[in-house]
Formats: sequence, structure tokens, C-alpha cells
Amino acid sequence: MKNNETQENEGLLVRRIKNGTVIDHISPGEALNVVKILGITGTTQEALSIATNVPSRNMGKKDIVKLNNRELSKEEVDRIALISPKATINIIRNFKVFEKKGVETPTLIEGLVRCPNPGCISNTHEPIRSRFSVKEKGLHCIYCDWVITGDIPSHII
Amino acid sequence: MRHIISIGDFDREWIDSLLDHADRIDGKQFDSHALEGKILAVLFFEPSTRTRLSFESAIARLGGTSLSVGSVEACSIAKGETLADTIRVVSGYADAIVIRHPKEGAARLASEFSTVPVINAGDGAGQHPSQTLLDLYTIRQSMPIDGIDIALIGDLRYGRTAHSLASALSLYNARLHTLCPRGLELPETLYARLEEQGMEIIAHENITDIIPEVDVLYVTRVQRERFPDSASYFNVASSYRITPELLADAKKHLIVLHPLPRVDEIDPRVDEMPHAKYFEQSRNGVPVRMAMLMQVMQ
Repeated sequence: MKNNETQENEGLLVRRIKNGTVIDHISPGEALNVVKILGITGTTQEALSIATNVPSRNMGKKDIVKLNNRELSKEEVDRIALISPKATINIIRNFKVFEKKGVETPTLIEGLVRCPNPGCISNTHEPIRSRFSVKEKGLHCIYCDWVITGDIPSHII
Repeated sequence: MRHIISIGDFDREWIDSLLDHADRIDGKQFDSHALEGKILAVLFFEPSTRTRLSFESAIARLGGTSLSVGSVEACSIAKGETLADTIRVVSGYADAIVIRHPKEGAARLASEFSTVPVINAGDGAGQHPSQTLLDLYTIRQSMPIDGIDIALIGDLRYGRTAHSLASALSLYNARLHTLCPRGLELPETLYARLEEQGMEIIAHENITDIIPEVDVLYVTRVQRERFPDSASYFNVASSYRITPELLADAKKHLIVLHPLPRVDEIDPRVDEMPHAKYFEQSRNGVPVRMAMLMQVMQ
């Protein structure tokens, strides 16, 4: 009975999409940050489904994000590694998994996070985008050398 | 095209080679026409005496000329022009640009928009590579840099000369001793980076503990505006003041450096002591900056 209930819930939560991207195995509780890091807002046209704390055989719990009719680019996908390095990406075409891939931590991220240093030139009206190199310790601002060591989502522009 | 933006962009071999070059220049082994016909744009968006004059002196001694705007108020930045546009324009007028700017990362930005080499002459609380090179040069005149014990004293949070020098010294296995007012410690990110590079950093609370231990005292100015009132400023400033009495416990070869201008940090009586090297340090700005200009403009 319980299994049926779970399946029913899962069916509702993770309903198949015809075309688009399914981001699976997101660390539990990070789905909204994944959406944020992808720059998806209330004005985004594509249908979006989010499931959080879904039971997972391997992870215990996981989050899932499904984006209809949009295939994410490699640059977009790799941003996810900053907050959920175990996430997997499924590109769906006509209900079938066309491509399945993991996320790779990018070496450089541009225009994604704001430098917390108020004295940094990237926080002025100059025609540049913020740029951070991704280091083991965190994100390193290539302009002012500031290092963001935690809570990356709170710095997303 | 080579820019000189941050000391962290260079390895020890490059630094040593530039200091060797400065040494030869200091010994008059240079061509005074080496940069004849070349123009250096000197863009200073913050006040400066030594850095600006020594760059202008350096280009003149190599046969080149310099261009500059009188003050920020007199240039198009005051009209709201972006630094990026200013740099694009000025790089059409000169063969290299020296820039000082109040924002950290300004020189890096300038290098992205310039079609000629850019030298950072200080960006906010960030980097000041030409000062660091002349600091290293001055230390090397008195002792090998490798493995020295050096004390950084004063405003270590906002003092870019201290940041830049500490970064460079991590290449020389130096041991860092720090002494600063509460709230003006080294920025956490810099501290973490230095430790990551294997640098030993020892924080002190009393100047008398430091003096007998170190080979170099690097004193920086604590700015009055960092304190809520004059009384607390004078209280702190006087506790760090270097005097002949304090130096009585110093190693014989200890040298005292200061990027200048000094206000109250060093007793004028110290000027006459063999430890005092800050005026030589200032003079060394010319040969070191001549070597830098030749590096990027030749």
C-alpha cells in the first residue's frame, strides 16, 4: 500500500516531459537554488516543475527540476556543479532520454555572482561582467582577489 | 603584450630577474635613449607624490616622455565617462599606461580594454606591484630575501603595500609577523591564501615582542579616519611608534622600511640610525620603475 502511494506521488511529482531537460539527483533542498543559478525567474516562459525531498535509492532524498521545451547548454549545466556537483542532466526528446550527462565544475564563471567586496571595480557601472575563477576554496574574483567561500546562491545576481 | 597588474601574476624567477635589471640600472648600466620616442600615460585617479614622480622620472631617464591629466576633476571621468572608455581613448595616445585608481581591480579592468601595456600603480586596498618590487629591492640591498623574518605594522586591512608585499614574500619562504590595531588585520581572504602558500604568520600584540625577532620592520601609516575619534587614534598611533629606544633591542642588521608618507609612525630621530632605509627605499623607486617600463615598453 505504502509503495503504491509513493509511486503515485512520484508519478505526480516527476511526470514525464515530452521535450526539455530533467535535472536529477540534485542535493536535497537545492532545487530552488538550481533554478536561481540557471537564471529562471517568474517571467520565464517555459513550464517548470520542481520536486524537493523526493525519496532516492542512492541519495536518500533528492531534488528534481524539469524544464519543458528547453535544452540547457553546457555552460548553464556546469553552473549547477557549484551547488550540486552530483546532479545529472537528462536531455529529453520525444519522451526519450536523448542524452544523459553529469555536471562538470567550470573553471571560470562570468556574470553569475556579484562580488561581495563593495570596493571591487566589478560593482560599478563599468561595462564588464563579474568574473570568478573556481578554486577548491571557493570563487576567486579575478578583479579584486576576494574569495567567496560559502553560500554561493546568496551571491547570485 | 605584457601588463603588470598584480605581483601574484609573476613567479620568483621573473621578480628576481627584474630586480637584477634594476640593480644594473642603479649601477648606471643602461641606455638613456632606450625608450626614446615612447610616451607613458600617467593616469592617477588618487593623490600620489612618490609613485607618480618616480614613474615620470623613470620614463624621462630612459629618453621617453609622459602625459598626464592634472587631477580627476580635470578629466572626463568627472563627466561620468567609464574607466573602460578612458582607457580605450588613452591607449591611442600612449605606448603604455600607468594607473592608480580607488577601486580594487581597476588596473585589471584597464588591461582588458587597453591596446598598450598597463602598469598598476595601486588599486584601492588591492595591489601595488611597483611598490612591492622596490620594497624587495631595498631588502635585497641589505640581506638575502630568503627566509627573512619581517614584521608588517600598521593598517594591514586597507594598506595595499602590505598586501602586495606579503603576497610576494610568500615566494621567498619569509616568516610574517603582524601587529595592527583591532579591526585593521589582514583581510581574511589574503590571510587564507598566504597560509595556503605555506607562509607562517604570527600575530603579535606588543611591539616590544617583535623588535628583537625580525630582520625587517615594515611600517605603514594608520589613517586617522579609520578611528572614531582623535583620542583613540593617538592612543593606537603612539603604541606603534618606532623610536631609537625601541630599536635598542633590535638585531644589528635590522632595517626599517616605510612606503611613506609617514606621519607619526617613526620618530624622526630614527632617520639618523643605520636601521633607517625608508628614504633609500623611496629613491629605489626610480631604478625599479625604469626596469618595469623597459620590461613592458621595449
